[in-house]
Amino acid sequence: MAGAALMALCAAPAHAETIRVEISKLVFSPSQIAAHVGDTIEWVNTDIVAHTATAKSKEFDVMIAPGKTARQVLTKTGAFDLFCRFHPNMTAQLEVAPK
Amino acid sequence: MLLVRWTGMLAALLLAHGIAVAQSAKPTDPQIAHIAYTAGEIDLKAAKLALEKSKNKEVRAFAQDMVRDHTAVNKQALALVKKLKVKPEDNDTSRSLAKDADAKRAELSKLSGAAFDKAYADNEAAYHKTVNGALQSTLIPSASNAELKDLLSTGLKIFQGHQQHAEQLAGSLK
Repeated sequence: MAGAALMALCAAPAHAETIRVEISKLVFSPSQIAAHVGDTIEWVNTDIVAHTATAKSKEFDVMIAPGKTARQVLTKTGAFDLFCRFHPNMTAQLEVAPK
Repeated sequence: MLLVRWTGMLAALLLAHGIAVAQSAKPTDPQIAHIAYTAGEIDLKAAKLALEKSKNKEVRAFAQDMVRDHTAVNKQALALVKKLKVKPEDNDTSRSLAKDADAKRAELSKLSGAAFDKAYADNEAAYHKTVNGALQSTLIPSASNAELKDLLSTGLKIFQGHQQHAEQLAGSLK
């Protein structure tokens, strides 16, 4: 019994989340994305043209074909300004906190 | 008076960019579809010329984006007019656009290397600016069918992205 009680007191490790970001009519939704290291972002492109989710700092560059979903596992902390390389009028901000 | 005002605006906008347009009634959906499709085809042809001529990595990437995007949008436009049973109708604006584009392409064909790259990028920025202006001021407001209006509006956002990209590209080339 004591062992179980002790186990309950220990903080459970953070559970990795999947965050869905929809790209529709050239808008990222949400455009302010809060995440943790280890989370997966699902970039869902519902437009008829291809888009990218590219960090201005060049940390990452994810291409999402029209009508498709691309999955990205976040490995680095930081605040990233994102844009679409093909349509630079599309922007978003991603904050990645530690695990 | 309203009819003349619409065509007046479109004519004035296109005239400002050296494209003469005959005065006629407000564009109908079949004419709007034809103009939008023609504008896309023009950019496709320009991109194919750039892919034949340019050795610049950024220019080629931009041209490939144009091929990809305009092919997708025109495919969607064709599917929509088929669904709506609308037959795109040739008109003076489409003819003017095509004629001027042919002349511009002939000019660009004579250039090569950095001169071609700069001229292509400059023209892409100017061309997208002109077409976006026409979409915003005349084609979208004049469109009767909601689905056509919606496709044109999404198209406008895509082409505004192209304009921005073209301006960045032109700025980076000597």
